[in-house]
Amino acid sequence: MLDTLIAGLLRGNIYALGAVGISLVFGVMNVVNFAQFSFFGLGAMLAWFGIVKLGLPFWLALPLVLVMCAGFGLLTNVAVVRPLAKYLPLAAMLSTFAVSQILDNASQVAFGANFRAFPKVLPTSNFRVGNLAFGTSDLVMLGITIVVMVTMSLFLKYGRIGRAIRATSQDQEAALQVGIPVAGVQHVSFVIASALGGLAGVFIALYVGVANPSSGLETGLVAFVAATLGGLGSLVGAVIGGFVLGVLEAFGIHFFGDTAREIIVFAVLIIVLIVRPGGLLGRVPLISSEPLTGTFLGRGRPFRIPKWVWPIALVIAAVVVPLVGGDYVLTTGTQVLIYATIGAGFTLTAGQAGVLALGQAGPIAIGAYSSALLTTVVHLPFWVALPVSGLIAAIIASILSSPIWGVKGHYISIATLGVGTVIVAVIQLVFPQGIYGIPFPDWFGTPLTSPLAYYLIDLGVLVITLVVMWRIRRSHLGKVIASVGSDETAAVASGVRARDYKALAFAVSAFFAGVGGSLLAHQYTYIDPTIFTTLMSLLVVTIVIMGGVNLPYGAVLGSIVLIGAMELLRFTPELRIIVYGLVLILVVRFRPGGLLVRNS
Amino acid sequence: MSALLELDDVHVYYGPFHALRGNTLTVGEGEIVSLLGGNASGKSTTMKTILGLVKPKGGTVRFDGRDVTHASTRQRVVAGIASVPEARRVFPQMTVDENLLAGAFTRKDRAGIQEDLERIREHFPRLAERRRQEAGTLSGGEQQMLAFGRALMSRPRLICMDEPTMGLSPKLVDQVLDEIARINRELGVAVLLVEQQAELALSIASRGYVLASGEIVLQGGSRELLDDPEIQVAYLGKATDTAAESDTTA
Repeated sequence: MLDTLIAGLLRGNIYALGAVGISLVFGVMNVVNFAQFSFFGLGAMLAWFGIVKLGLPFWLALPLVLVMCAGFGLLTNVAVVRPLAKYLPLAAMLSTFAVSQILDNASQVAFGANFRAFPKVLPTSNFRVGNLAFGTSDLVMLGITIVVMVTMSLFLKYGRIGRAIRATSQDQEAALQVGIPVAGVQHVSFVIASALGGLAGVFIALYVGVANPSSGLETGLVAFVAATLGGLGSLVGAVIGGFVLGVLEAFGIHFFGDTAREIIVFAVLIIVLIVRPGGLLGRVPLISSEPLTGTFLGRGRPFRIPKWVWPIALVIAAVVVPLVGGDYVLTTGTQVLIYATIGAGFTLTAGQAGVLALGQAGPIAIGAYSSALLTTVVHLPFWVALPVSGLIAAIIASILSSPIWGVKGHYISIATLGVGTVIVAVIQLVFPQGIYGIPFPDWFGTPLTSPLAYYLIDLGVLVITLVVMWRIRRSHLGKVIASVGSDETAAVASGVRARDYKALAFAVSAFFAGVGGSLLAHQYTYIDPTIFTTLMSLLVVTIVIMGGVNLPYGAVLGSIVLIGAMELLRFTPELRIIVYGLVLILVVRFRPGGLLVRNS
Repeated sequence: MSALLELDDVHVYYGPFHALRGNTLTVGEGEIVSLLGGNASGKSTTMKTILGLVKPKGGTVRFDGRDVTHASTRQRVVAGIASVPEARRVFPQMTVDENLLAGAFTRKDRAGIQEDLERIREHFPRLAERRRQEAGTLSGGEQQMLAFGRALMSRPRLICMDEPTMGLSPKLVDQVLDEIARINRELGVAVLLVEQQAELALSIASRGYVLASGEIVLQGGSRELLDDPEIQVAYLGKATDTAAESDTTA
């Protein structure tokens, strides 16, 4: 027991460092800064590069890394977050999410994607308690963390700038009125938070002995959960949250094994958001007054598209592409169609209902696995498995997300991210091996193995999806859902049960995500959990935001550009993610309505 | 009288909405001036323009003879404009002393800050008693005193007050008005008092302006405004036919 507790505290110490930075930035800007997550990975890689490649001593490399992370943090704020400050926090949050993907992948391009052995600076296992070995290294890290925390709290309590930071986070408008330069305070907070993130990153690398560019998001999400658990905006809360989560996680691993880690962490997140959204120490309704996406993204009038465009588009997709394109183009086209289907379904949730769910990989994975199991184990035909997996995805995703619809503001985005992650983690727990030999669809006994056949099937599915989405939009139901998205308070005041309609919109989106997942599974014929990442969720979000979050056909445009063009231009995966990120940042900044919508 | 603050033909837009339509007003050194008007008449926008929170599309704002139209809020605070925001807006999780020090953020003279801290504690004994208490736990009246104290900490020559009596009991309202008059009298600070309750504001102000739909529709000395039949109807809640009657009974 004691050894588990110590292991928990050692990890918790790292989470606490990261969580303090997240809480600090949230306090002064009301933005969840995903970019900071990247500093966990980046800090570790920069330190590895300095020590191993440049031969710097650790004690020189560490401050250098912190300065560099601080610089990147400042840059993020100046270039991306600050310009969006006058919009909703959600816009800034999305952009920082994109920045984090860009940083992670730029670091992967620069340092390679491999896990690198991180040099041992101090002994790591010269002490022993029960089954746990730990070393001077761990104690030094704990010591440094404590020194940093004490310095931080003294600075915030007695420092002139520290006081300004607190004043800004308690009442930004009043801070401005007493002459506090709020922009400057925000810059300082970003610098501090990013340096703390870098420090935490180096500590993680020292703790686990390896460094990897893409480790940032995972650790960052845990640190974020810690900050939420403690109460976003509360620094003491962040420290407590970090240690509590570290210990919970250690005991979880002790009893259920390492695979349960993510499930525990995100279960904690979801429970906190539902039971006590303000966290242990935060003020309870932190950002409840914030409107949802409907009033920002997708605002403005869509361009009028002449009626003749539709039949022409259909002819190009159904006749010209198959005639002109070879198998490669058709395979790529199939991907475009599948993501367009998923995206078009998602516009009902993201656009009309105004809930920017960040975890669509979850329902997609459910659809893919359902379809794979229904065809390989139950031996149902593809044509039955396809809609059934959509239904299963809708039902399971609805049940799992049912508690979160009362959650307010952009917490709901984070909660959906949590639900998505839990879904994939559970699948990984149940089917660690992946599923092989998923059959091709067949036509009265003849397997349709050609890319052309599969392309046409998926085109049919997309057309049906678009028609259904269009009908829903124009129906009474669609208008009620849109009322919830554009002004939830007004909708509730008019007797609309906003929660239920958000849940319904999400269920419809999850159905199409599940259908898309099924199509993906039968195209790949092999699936495993590594396909359904946070990145896939980001891709879906980017696809709908690019075209116009409210427009089902906007998702088709988004999919053509982000999937089709990227593939045909032979962009490497890292480069593609960087492009996704840039597209997301630029669209949110300059055309928040999407490319097919006039700026209002 | 030399004008401390001058707004000259100020126009402010929120998107297409023309919120201030060419307003001109002045506040003299050591004067109390009230700015009256109903909801959405442009009172708060005027105050925000003076503080630099909203930038005018046209016109100039001068303070102490200097053009501050394009100055930041911070520069204006340094120049001597302080504010008491609507609904007080003290920093709830900071102590009384920390709130006061936050008010002195733009100053660097430690000795002077300490001196002013003492002066304000003397002026508001309640705040001295509660110096280590979190501001969020103070009563409404005490928070109002703290908001005054915080504004005074920047050594202002003008304090803009946005509805300082809002949400206070009638007894406290009188206290707050006395306090504003006392600050003005004892410390020689000019006050621009934004109020919905015209009668109260004019009772301590020397002059007043009346805003409606973003335009100044009336101005003059307090007595004059109080006697103006239009004001009595529109802002003092007296019906036209009973106005004369109530005058005779009063």
